[in-house]
Amino acid sequence: MPLIETSDGPVWKRRTTKKQLAIWVGWLIGITIVLYAWILMTEETVWFFVQDAPRQAMDIGTRMVPPKLSYMSRLWLPIWDTINIATLGTVIALFIAIPVAFAAARNTTPHFLVRAVAIFIIVSSRSVNSLIWALILVLILGPGVLAGTIAIGLRSIGFCAKLLYEGIEEIDHTQVEAIAATGASRPQQMLYGIVPQVLPTFAGVGVFRWDINIRESTILGLVGAGGIGLELNGSINTLAWTQVSMILLVILLTVIISEWVSAKVRGAII
Amino acid sequence: MLRLEGLSKRYKTGDEALKDVDLEIPDGQVIALIGPSGAGKSTLIRCVNRLVEPTRGKVYLGELELTGLSSGALRRARRKMGMIFQEYALVERLSVMENVLSGRLGYVGFWTSWTRKFPKKDIQEAYRLLDRVGLMDMADKRADELSGGQRQRVGICRALIQDPDLLLVDEPTASLDPKTSRQIMRLINELCKERGLAAIINIHDVQLAQMYSQRVVGLELGSIVYDGPPDGLTPEVLTRIYGEEDWEATIEKVDDEDVENAPETIVIPKKKTASPKSKAKAGNGKGKS
Amino acid sequence: MSDAPTTFPSHWKKPPLVKNSTLRWGLILGFAIYLAIGLGTMDVDWERAWDGIPKGKRFILAFFPPDFSDSRNVVLDGILESVWMAIIATVAGIAISVPVGLGAASNLAPKWVYLFCRAIVAGSRTFPEVILAIFAVKLFGFGPFAGFIALAIGTIGFFAKLLAEDIENMSASQAEAIKATGASWFQWINYAIQPQVMPRMIGLSVYRLDINFRESAVVGIVGGGGIGATLNTAFDRYEFDTAAAILLIIIGIVMVLEYISGYLRKWVQ
Repeated sequence: MPLIETSDGPVWKRRTTKKQLAIWVGWLIGITIVLYAWILMTEETVWFFVQDAPRQAMDIGTRMVPPKLSYMSRLWLPIWDTINIATLGTVIALFIAIPVAFAAARNTTPHFLVRAVAIFIIVSSRSVNSLIWALILVLILGPGVLAGTIAIGLRSIGFCAKLLYEGIEEIDHTQVEAIAATGASRPQQMLYGIVPQVLPTFAGVGVFRWDINIRESTILGLVGAGGIGLELNGSINTLAWTQVSMILLVILLTVIISEWVSAKVRGAII
Repeated sequence: MLRLEGLSKRYKTGDEALKDVDLEIPDGQVIALIGPSGAGKSTLIRCVNRLVEPTRGKVYLGELELTGLSSGALRRARRKMGMIFQEYALVERLSVMENVLSGRLGYVGFWTSWTRKFPKKDIQEAYRLLDRVGLMDMADKRADELSGGQRQRVGICRALIQDPDLLLVDEPTASLDPKTSRQIMRLINELCKERGLAAIINIHDVQLAQMYSQRVVGLELGSIVYDGPPDGLTPEVLTRIYGEEDWEATIEKVDDEDVENAPETIVIPKKKTASPKSKAKAGNGKGKS
Repeated sequence: MSDAPTTFPSHWKKPPLVKNSTLRWGLILGFAIYLAIGLGTMDVDWERAWDGIPKGKRFILAFFPPDFSDSRNVVLDGILESVWMAIIATVAGIAISVPVGLGAASNLAPKWVYLFCRAIVAGSRTFPEVILAIFAVKLFGFGPFAGFIALAIGTIGFFAKLLAEDIENMSASQAEAIKATGASWFQWINYAIQPQVMPRMIGLSVYRLDINFRESAVVGIVGGGGIGATLNTAFDRYEFDTAAAILLIIIGIVMVLEYISGYLRKWVQ
């Protein structure tokens, strides 16, 4: 194909003319979309602000140093709440995600209708960000840690269940077959043939999600769902920039520590 | 006694793995099922305990027709058929003991299997079997810590603790070295004799089949093309099963192997262990053609 | 068998996961204490939660049916704004990620470039997009531009890191073979690196577009424009039926994006 006959003999080209054309058209469409999107989006942009942004950034930056270390004494409780939201939220999510995952995996689902319901739960839980869940729950349950925990839990169900059911579908089937051949019932086959194979995946997914949840729970306070985000919101609104930098520092440290812990634990499991 | 009547299996892909197979295996007889890959050996074995659902035909174990059973009755029937797998098929993340005890799952309830509180005599029997195959010290090791030969021994224990009447053995030596293969085959053979078990052993190694069975059944493209004593495997017969090859070398080997009086650990001269598979052997060429 | 019967133990217990019993009980106890304190300090206002039940019921009922009528076109505008925002943020973020990612691959870049690029990656990865958006709103004013900046920075952290890791994991022998032909640095990147990492990168960019769209729904809550702003307004006004419609639309679009990315990844490979 890529050899093209010309008057000077065959010439090698990477692609055929038609394919090359298709690629050019693809690029054209892509660039048009991006340019169009850019124009639409910047319609409302006040360019004065954008030009002014570097100066503003410098201004805020200088006002943020030094971080107000004494503020730390008021941050212990919020950070504790943040960690609790993430941890308890992950625990709740795992409890619900495990049966959902077994219902969603092709090789363990009791019925294809059950599977459809499970997949629907997974997709809707995944599509809605924890901040939106928090927004809804604060409205219903009132502000506080409870709303945050449930929000994190609801968001994590889909994530965990998706990874878990993919893990369940990837197991070695002959091990299950061997258990079935002994005359074991379906629940027993699951217990001896499937659960041991997917247990490491379960633990890995739980720790992985916990790490993400620590990050996510730092912002839930912005809509009133408890944790350190509440302090962040308050400090920004009162323009207390040295407090803001202190909070960011604490978030940074928490995230680094949680990442380290999760890497360690996952290393130990696998 | 196991009896297959007109057993046929056609897969969804359209492949006809078994065509009208009739076979009778009396109590206590060990038969070897030989044939090229894709001949339907695995399918035949799996149709017996219905891990693969046959399309047509009947399977009787004693008086019981297995093919007509409901799932509950099938589970009870499966307890009487121990299965040993190619690549062992142990649950790798469970301990050796759990793997052996999993052979009793058909006899205990869900709660017992959940808590691992198996009846005392089951545990005793598990230890007795592990001792018999020489793995007494490995009981609490995880299955994936074991070597291939050791894993297959655990697989044998799992099948035997079911207290079966029949063993279904699927390529037990496929991933083992020649020496271990012989040890495993001898072990299966001895255990069958001790307990008076009937067994169907799928095996692609003609030599091993001849050494360790009382009867050989040759399968080709889903049909039985040979059924007779091990020493009836002449070059003509093997050609019928496997196709044209130099078979003289393969058969000759068997004659000078003293099967009955083999010592506990066979020391096999190097030139014989070098290429145990019949196909590889043909390549060496003892010169026939 | 002829050997002496009943000499075998009749008792067996599954060996525990943690062999050291002090450590085992310590872990169990520690977790129990944590749960107790954690739940204890949760400080739940049960009365308020009880009062919220009718509101919750109203919210759930609002899904049957959701209000798609959208008389003032706010929902459509918000969705479109989110889509545009996500597209540009993805494109801009990836455009910046490519040099940063190349620089952050230890087998490609000199030490100081490597450290510099890794710092960029770490910096843009640490904070959630929402916090980035808060600052972007402070700097650039309310509206989609701030959201765009926040999402683009988030994209850099995500994409450059994965690109760098992919390059570090690629087959060294292929890279060596091209280098051995006397290729220049750019030729080397083009012939040895690009073919190896490209398929995965295309899949990842669609995945990131998916993430950016989902995130665009939340940066709006803090003033970053897009559907998030519309959603926030709907909640503030207790217009649950509109909120339900918006949520369903988001779910629908995410599903479509997920389908496209799955299809594209198959097509690329």
